[in-house]
Amino acid sequence: MRRDDEMRSQIADRGSQAGQSGVHSQSADRHLRSAICHLRSVFLALLVAPALLAQSVIVNSTGKKPTVAITHAAIYPVTSAPIPDGTIVFSKGVITAVGTNVAIPADAMVIDGKGLSVYPGLIDSGTTIGLTEVDSVPGTVDTTELGDLNPNARAAVAINPNSNLIPVARINGITSVITEPQGGIVSGQDALIQLAGWTPAEMVIKAPVALHIRFPRLRSASFEDVPQDQEAEKNARKVYTEQVDKLRDLFRDAQAYAKANDARAKDARVQRFDRDLMLESMIDVVEGREPVVMHADLERDIRAALAFGDEFKLKVILAGAQDVGRVIPEIKSRNIPVILGPILALPQREDDPYDLLFSNAKTLYDNGIRFAIQSSDSHNVRNLPYHAAACAAFGLPKDVALKAITIFPAEIFGVADRVGSLEAGKRADVVITDGDPLEIRTNVKRVFIAGEEIPMDSYQTLLYKKFLQKP
Amino acid sequence: MRTANSEQRAASRRERHALASARPLAVGFAIAIAIAMSASAAQPVAAPVTVIRHATILTITKGTIPDGAVVIRGSKIDWVGPDASASLPAGARVIDATGKFVMPGIVDTHSHTAIEGGINEVSLPNTGMVRIADVLTNEDINVYRELAGGTTTALVLHGSANPIGGQSQIVKWKWGRPVSEWIVADAPRTIKFALGENPKSSNFRPPPGIPLQYPATRMGVEEVIRGAFVSARDYMAKWDEYNARKARGGNPIPPRKDLLMEEMADVLRGKVDVHAHCYREDEIMMLLNLGDEEGFKIRELQHVLEGYKVAKEIAAHGAGGGTFIDWWGFKAEAYDAIPYNVAMLVRAGVLTSVNSDSDELARRLNQDAAKAMKYGGLSEEEALKLCTINGARQLRLDHRIGSIEAGKDADLVIWTGHPLSTYSRVETTFIEGEVYFDRARDLANRQVLAQEKRDRLKKEAEEEAKSKPVKGANHETR
Repeated sequence: MRRDDEMRSQIADRGSQAGQSGVHSQSADRHLRSAICHLRSVFLALLVAPALLAQSVIVNSTGKKPTVAITHAAIYPVTSAPIPDGTIVFSKGVITAVGTNVAIPADAMVIDGKGLSVYPGLIDSGTTIGLTEVDSVPGTVDTTELGDLNPNARAAVAINPNSNLIPVARINGITSVITEPQGGIVSGQDALIQLAGWTPAEMVIKAPVALHIRFPRLRSASFEDVPQDQEAEKNARKVYTEQVDKLRDLFRDAQAYAKANDARAKDARVQRFDRDLMLESMIDVVEGREPVVMHADLERDIRAALAFGDEFKLKVILAGAQDVGRVIPEIKSRNIPVILGPILALPQREDDPYDLLFSNAKTLYDNGIRFAIQSSDSHNVRNLPYHAAACAAFGLPKDVALKAITIFPAEIFGVADRVGSLEAGKRADVVITDGDPLEIRTNVKRVFIAGEEIPMDSYQTLLYKKFLQKP
Repeated sequence: MRTANSEQRAASRRERHALASARPLAVGFAIAIAIAMSASAAQPVAAPVTVIRHATILTITKGTIPDGAVVIRGSKIDWVGPDASASLPAGARVIDATGKFVMPGIVDTHSHTAIEGGINEVSLPNTGMVRIADVLTNEDINVYRELAGGTTTALVLHGSANPIGGQSQIVKWKWGRPVSEWIVADAPRTIKFALGENPKSSNFRPPPGIPLQYPATRMGVEEVIRGAFVSARDYMAKWDEYNARKARGGNPIPPRKDLLMEEMADVLRGKVDVHAHCYREDEIMMLLNLGDEEGFKIRELQHVLEGYKVAKEIAAHGAGGGTFIDWWGFKAEAYDAIPYNVAMLVRAGVLTSVNSDSDELARRLNQDAAKAMKYGGLSEEEALKLCTINGARQLRLDHRIGSIEAGKDADLVIWTGHPLSTYSRVETTFIEGEVYFDRARDLANRQVLAQEKRDRLKKEAEEEAKSKPVKGANHETR
């Protein structure tokens, strides 16, 4: 958060500004959709943009999945060695061939890839894209439900496919993201979405993909949070214990509910009981089919989260994890994957090494622990590759940094059969660049999401083009 | 190895927290932190002559020297040029920087680092009389972190709660030195203005019982600033009249001295540079017009997110622009922020810098500079200027900092690779010839620090056990 806003932007009165946005008719949308082809019309659309706050005028996706062959490009499949001069073919949204000796189908649109590089679409393991538009305008923000326990708050049902944040991210090569609810202890159900589509359903790759828990913490790492007397310490511990107990109660209830549910499914004579959406949303979690993203940064909180995971035999994915270097054996023995990030952030303690967050990825890599990298951002998910690059600057091999935003998250979230690398049979999430995408100076030239070519425009490029014309 | 300074710092922090709590638990942590901070602090190495050899030198103003050398004598750059032509003074400390890059220290024209307590004096809409220089602390660890990102000079500003926030301070991040040595003595005086949502309290409501503060609209913001200058003119006229009467031999009653009016009058006299927080086109134009009408210049439009919409107008006024490059959408007035802004301002002839407004971003302004190449196509040379010489010019310190030239301050950064690459990191940061960050030294210190912290905590626990035991006290509470 910018410091100048810190003082003022503590949103003390969330209700007062509701209903400012989202007023937008379908006919206007259709009009804007057809207008996009013509620059002049685009500028006309921009004239009405303020009234359409939070509504993108960029085409969401084309619906066309042509046969495409990119030839003579440097191809980085990620799961196998780079191919300096190779060809990749995809058709009907699926990759059909990658290699040096690849037949080009007669109907293929051929892209000369000479001097260009081809990468799989990048995957951000933690964002709020689709759930927020203007952070200070509550009417446009759907990240945080009231209360502590919201396992049935589902990101997938609240994603705005016309958010201006989506094109901004995808034209820098980010093709899919985890979108997560925030706040409370059990924040809700994460969704893995592609950054293209006209409806939330079209965007979802997998949902729910994980239950998101922000594990209770006794206090922050800030010196100011150290209790000043015994009474304060007692109170802090009481609140903390109550929170963990509340979480434990919820999971016990969910276990019982799941058990009852199974019993009735097997035997109709079991007495009928009312459905409970909250507990129902946790059946897959307590039965170990759905992972839990446990967000915890400090050593004490990570240990508590791991113990909690043990207690309920959960499939834990640790997230945030600033202190992960202090719990390596515990993580390793449980074979738990870790989502690091944001990397471009400050360490929590004054006496932490200045490069703690840059170095954590190397620590995990050296110890053979699976990990992925998240931006934890919304408006600047486009900077995901630079979070990964910072890890490489501090010792992580470059090719591993790339994996941390492609194949690793795909594996961790159980979708490696579909995304995360350039391999025959996978979705054609394909990014063409003029260099290494982890370098800021590299330009992304073309993006395909599930085989559909994405317009290389955003609200921001349109504003740019508009004001270049100002006399 | 610990300096008198760090001892002092430790003592003062200990004292502060001891007073606040009178609790051994808190005092223990204070000591632990103070130890940690002091050891990671610079123990500046006095080196009369240092030569950095075989580096790629990005001079900023005089091109790139592929196999170059920089000779540092005392606090100044003595010589820069091709390594082959360098003369090595006897007894010089030589740093072999083969394969590495050297650039000038990064200049951050928008910082809130090292401000003790709050950054806003929120009690009045115009607090132009209050001074950042009075509330700087040398205990903010972010100073050290920024040095580790190559940042050496900063304009430390008040926040943007008020249309007129207060007097800013230009400093060099001489971590481990007393604050009095941070102040750049010959730097211009500066004042912070703020427009838009923050001074009109759009995203903030005071707690119950506290009245809303004027202004609540951009109209009110304009009125507060204009009113201040109208009052300053009256104030100046009163003094002129008094002085004239006195000169004629009269015995007039002197006007009352007013610290705020003195400051505003000095803005009108051109003695104080205005740095104005602004986002939207309309408020930018409002302030430029107001300046023209009331007779003062805007030195730097801060953030200036919609500057690209009125770039020519900004250039015509002669104002500079400084901004973070790609943050947007965090509030309504930042919704039209685009990363192309910087390139468009540069192309329009506006003196433009990238700055941080953030302890975090202040560690990697080189990356914001690189983004101006990606978004809008600035050249490498233009991009590097954004975080060095351009900021120095905005701060009127380009005779001392912002480029590698003989005679300038030896504020230098050695990088492992090109500073516009995301894979590069800082090896060493010099300010005025002294090393304030060195990665090798930082790494070497870590084990020592960790052991010292363990020892102290153990000792404290033993002492506590001997006296009154604290139930529930946990030394891993942090």
